[in-house]
Amino acid sequence: MELDAHIPPGPIADKWDNHRFEMKLVAPQNRRKFDIIVVGTGLAGGSAAATLGEMGYNVKSFCFQDSPRRAHSIAAQGGINAAKNYKNDGDSVHRLFYDTIKGGDYRSREANVYRLAQISTQIIDQCVAQGVPFAREYGGLLDNRSFGGAQVSRTFYARGQTGQQLELGAYQALSRQIELGTVEMHPRTEMLDLVVSNGRAAGIVVRDLVTGEISSHSAHAVVLATGGYTNAFFLSTGAKGCNVTAIWRAHKKGAYFANPCYTQIHPTCIPVSGDYQSKLTLMSESLRNDGRVWASKTKGDRRKANEVPEGERDYFLERRYPAFGNLVPRDVASRAAKAVVDEGYGVGDLGNGVYLDFADAIHRLGRTTIEQRYGNLFDMYAKITGEDPYTVPMRIYPAPHYTMGGLWVDYNLMSNVPGLFVVGEANFSDHGANRLGASALMQGLADGYFVLPATITGDLAGQLNTQPLPTTDPCFQQAEAAVKEQINTFLTINGSRTPDWFHRKLGRTLWELCGMARNAAGLQQARKEIGALREEFWQDVRVLGEGESLNQSLEKAGRVADFFELGELICQDALAREESCGGHFREEHQTPEGEALRDDVNFAYVAAWEYAGKGELAKLHKEDLEFEYVHLAQRSYK
Amino acid sequence: MNLNLTLKVWRQKGPADGGHFETYAAPNINDDMSFLEMLDVVNEELIAQGKEPIAFDHDCREGICGSCGFVINGRPHGPMKATTVCQLHMRNFHDGDAITIEPWRAAAFPVIKDLVVDRSTFDRIIGAGGFISAPTGAASDANLTLVPKATADLAFDAAACIGCGACVAGCPNGAAQLFTSAKVAHLNLLPQGQPERWSRVTSMVNTMEAYFGSCTNFRECEAVCPKEISIDFIAKMNRDFLQAKFRDRRKLVNAEAGEDAG
Repeated sequence: MELDAHIPPGPIADKWDNHRFEMKLVAPQNRRKFDIIVVGTGLAGGSAAATLGEMGYNVKSFCFQDSPRRAHSIAAQGGINAAKNYKNDGDSVHRLFYDTIKGGDYRSREANVYRLAQISTQIIDQCVAQGVPFAREYGGLLDNRSFGGAQVSRTFYARGQTGQQLELGAYQALSRQIELGTVEMHPRTEMLDLVVSNGRAAGIVVRDLVTGEISSHSAHAVVLATGGYTNAFFLSTGAKGCNVTAIWRAHKKGAYFANPCYTQIHPTCIPVSGDYQSKLTLMSESLRNDGRVWASKTKGDRRKANEVPEGERDYFLERRYPAFGNLVPRDVASRAAKAVVDEGYGVGDLGNGVYLDFADAIHRLGRTTIEQRYGNLFDMYAKITGEDPYTVPMRIYPAPHYTMGGLWVDYNLMSNVPGLFVVGEANFSDHGANRLGASALMQGLADGYFVLPATITGDLAGQLNTQPLPTTDPCFQQAEAAVKEQINTFLTINGSRTPDWFHRKLGRTLWELCGMARNAAGLQQARKEIGALREEFWQDVRVLGEGESLNQSLEKAGRVADFFELGELICQDALAREESCGGHFREEHQTPEGEALRDDVNFAYVAAWEYAGKGELAKLHKEDLEFEYVHLAQRSYK
Repeated sequence: MNLNLTLKVWRQKGPADGGHFETYAAPNINDDMSFLEMLDVVNEELIAQGKEPIAFDHDCREGICGSCGFVINGRPHGPMKATTVCQLHMRNFHDGDAITIEPWRAAAFPVIKDLVVDRSTFDRIIGAGGFISAPTGAASDANLTLVPKATADLAFDAAACIGCGACVAGCPNGAAQLFTSAKVAHLNLLPQGQPERWSRVTSMVNTMEAYFGSCTNFRECEAVCPKEISIDFIAKMNRDFLQAKFRDRRKLVNAEAGEDAG
């Protein structure tokens, strides 16, 4: 299939306006004739379902959590970017566009990113109107702060809980529509398959997580807003329930998976403390404003941090990157910390971290100032580690955090399967090979509040006065039967290992061989290991209980099965991309100083993978990236 | 340091089952574990023994999503102040401890299985008025509405509620005043929330009373709230609710006199 991104013609600043004018509309009195399914209730899905309901469509919304308010967008800490230029420091739509393209290491679509920057300002207006309690100055105006990868203050924030407040804003708008009857809400319900009929998305098959009932839902369009796949690594900053199942099963029904190897490893997380570890906790990027990163100059040094004299400390970020110091971008900081630990200089009892030290800042600014800036983060750190970061340096290490890859979509956010739309982290579109801080919230809300509600009409208009496929159609019946068969298989294998055991092993392999640094031999080995482990999983997994009630092991088993298949695709993509860019670092492709080396001649494309059947290698389709407005350059932070 | 613990856990197959306590040994628990990681370890062992694992709600494990929560030794979210179960670590327990774990106990939160309860009544309360009607696209520039910093900060304090349900579980009456008042206060304090101020509080309080018990000022809710939401917000909600009633009455008097209710 030819991949057409359907980028509108004309100058970049006019594309979105022109496109909306050219688009076919659905008149208000006709909207109630359309059914739309939205899966996921994070920032993208919650805002999309609420907005589509407000417009007059019949919406069915699904989430696996017990309430739509709990999707993992809620855990985002830092903030949301918008080109408001309220600080009069030279920000503009074009600058946000430029920073995002550069931050993504020149691997995203110009037209999409420009639109994102344009819409960013409307998002803030919308959220303030909803009552989101953003931080304010004493005069009552909105406050801003700066974030990585930018030289302006364009980040709006609500203490360290920006994601929570934006998520609750979307949830409240959604709740209003639920009460008005425009949205039918299905919490504790998991999508287990996409149904495609005559090449068009016709609906989904879901499992009621409380009763175990399998049922089908049909609609004129299906929107997936099911988040990222960083939990493929098992240990990540994702919520425990985050999974790839919805988009992976859509992939197996024909939707292309784009750039799966673009995974973001966040440099400042609390290191693993033992093999029971269930997740990793992020310590906000903002800490690097005042914290100094260091390790001992002596290998295997097990002295307490305060016992290491100044002269025996290696402030390795300041040493390697004198210009940017501790504030280099996420991918660069992560790789530097990994190198230190790999060489045996790691700190802590397990030697698996580096220090983030606030002693200088406390000495210079006083403890009170540091408390005001980071008090809640210091408390969280103390709660988790039992150590006091005011007197003992924090220990940090990189952890999987976000996935830039996802289902391929065109400018309208529609996948290559007509009628199937993908929004938020679940799609691949706006962050290229590395996402900048405070841009995930921006993209999720841009997609859900503004882009999708505008572009979906172009597809729906052509279906006026058609009925969705009835769920009694054989397409639905076959999909339901397959889902039931898989559940039955899990319950009858009766092996010896739990789904978590397999998930942990998969995560370790991916982390070691396809994490912060990758090479051809390692990736080939990873594919082999994952394949073998997947075989073992299907022979030896143990899922107790029954299918007709709440069964959390059964839920996990289905998700882990999909992570295995995805893991193999991530490695295939990483192997095929013979360059380093953003979060994808191939050891074979680096500058003499050890920095990422892109190959713009051969790899300035989106890799969109087509599922080719069980155990087969996926088939590659390329969408070439063209840069008209941004000059491609090597990133340098020295 | 490793701990040897005895767990007494509520097991209930489903909503119709009567439920009962079962006792499990939890040996060699590393004290750096979180409480939920301790349960993960116990569950892996249960599965190895061919027993169904303990079901409990959890998701972010960072204390913000509000999924987790159960009663530990009689106290919602356990012994530490301002701490959700997922952020509670085992170093706060002692070797040899016996720990009783049971679900939220409240008429409005029926048990689904083991420690998992149905909190959808909270969603009904939000749906009744816990929003500002601001359809997408209709907003003016964000800085047109000035919000004094003190107001914004106080609204945020209320908005920090994570909807976990500990306040209801901790209340002898099973009342939801703290949860409801947190949302009422968040929105009713802000200038954007004024047009719907009176209808919001009336509708949310009426919906709350349809499902939950009555508040009699025990203050247990505040004591167990992992986000330290203040009961001052309950006072604010009560005041707004009463004022809304007066306004309704005045509207009638004014209408009869041919005046605008104002």
